[in-house]
Amino acid sequence: MNIASSSQAPVVGTPVATHAGVSTVGLSEKVSIRNLEFFYGDARALKNINLSLYANKTTAFIGPSGCGKSTLLRILNRMYDLYPGQRATGEVMFDGENLLDAGMDINLLRARIGMVFQKPTPFPMSIYENIAFGIRLYERLPRAEVDARVEQALRRAALWDEVKDKLGASGLGLSGGQQQRLCIARTVAVKPEVILFDEPCSALDPISTAKIEELIDELKQDYTIVIVTHNMQQAARVSDFTAFMYLGELIEFGVTEKIFTAPDDKRTQAYITGRFG
Amino acid sequence: MANDHILRRFDEELERLNATINEMGGLTESQFARALAAVRERDTGTAEEVIADDARVDALDAAVQEQTVKLLALRQPMAVDLRVVLSSIKIAAALERIADYAKNTAKRSIVLAQGTAPASAVAGIDRLGRLVRSALKDVLDAFADDDVAKARDVWNRDEEIDQVYTGLFRELLTYMMEDPRTITACTHLLFMAKNIERAGDHVTNIAELVNFRSTGKNFAEARPKGSGALYTADGAS
Repeated sequence: MNIASSSQAPVVGTPVATHAGVSTVGLSEKVSIRNLEFFYGDARALKNINLSLYANKTTAFIGPSGCGKSTLLRILNRMYDLYPGQRATGEVMFDGENLLDAGMDINLLRARIGMVFQKPTPFPMSIYENIAFGIRLYERLPRAEVDARVEQALRRAALWDEVKDKLGASGLGLSGGQQQRLCIARTVAVKPEVILFDEPCSALDPISTAKIEELIDELKQDYTIVIVTHNMQQAARVSDFTAFMYLGELIEFGVTEKIFTAPDDKRTQAYITGRFG
Repeated sequence: MANDHILRRFDEELERLNATINEMGGLTESQFARALAAVRERDTGTAEEVIADDARVDALDAAVQEQTVKLLALRQPMAVDLRVVLSSIKIAAALERIADYAKNTAKRSIVLAQGTAPASAVAGIDRLGRLVRSALKDVLDAFADDDVAKARDVWNRDEEIDQVYTGLFRELLTYMMEDPRTITACTHLLFMAKNIERAGDHVTNIAELVNFRSTGKNFAEARPKGSGALYTADGAS
């Protein structure tokens, strides 16, 4: 089976991408986006998006400001529900359920599809509580187990060694890079299946950025990862698949290596080589 | 290539790199042509010039290395820009080799001018050389105009070059067998023929790189190859 739309009869959840000859053997679809449209009031921000997010792979959304990549990311955990006048049509299939359905349990969805934001957003509480808070929201666990989960999450986010002696200190006292890793630990603690990163490194220095990127690379062993980034080199470094969006449309989607060495579409090429955007 | 970068300096640097390759190509072509003339006309003066000017080709090669390293380090080129940079490094290396072969041919032409080489074998070298020179000129045009069709045409011509080389090889063996006194001259001619044929291979590589730079792909089929009967003296009776 090829990623490209082939002449064969469509398999259930046929991946939609623009590149021929790429094998999807061994890939399983975690999230399947079909005919997705999104509206801010009357303005159509996303036009007929078809895209697959593969399990244990990192998919990057790139494109100039206003192309819809953050909008698309925010649809994946129904963040738009917070705002009136915003609506989505089409399908976003996630483990057999359309997560756009009105009956979807949004709190549960957000535990299963976690999100890390552009600016680190630790709660104004202790490092320990920043993580335990989320766990207690979804599960009732004895103290010892919460402790274990907190440690596990901090280790997963490569922050444990730096904070293990000051778990009671405020999360706000950490450096920007540490705060961002704390947010990642907080996300990981509730055992999500998909993690969405919205420009996770744009406020960080290069060393912290490298740590987050290394972390993303490790996290994909257990999670499906989606990252929105303006940093093209970062998209190239961390992702397995890249989707290039422009003016609300998905222009090109395929294996990252191909997108960054020999993209098919002229607009993709123009954007990634710094000719517009 | 295509429209301009937002960052104008980036465009200027890429243009400068292209200009350096074009200059290097022009010089290499001239070196190659003058080396052939030195053989054809027993002109040791021209041969000496070719030998001396090889340093200029080497200097341009060094300039290409410097410019490409700088582009990679400072601009992080992507897609077509990345391919331009990568192909430039390899094209410069190929041109540098071609110029080396021209220099070696010029050196041998000085030795040859002192003895008696079979006139028809010298003419054969000239014929082979003209084929390669014309392919070199065309591939440099293809590079300058980003003309993939022309590059493919050059790429296909390598087969003819190989055939002429094989014929020349046999012819030289025949001379040596018939008259051992020609062995010194014919051995030099043999090395020249090999040099020119190798230069032709580098021209073919450049054709592939021009295509890669433009399309991101390699030419699909296997490269045309000459016959395997080259290294036997059979038939050279």
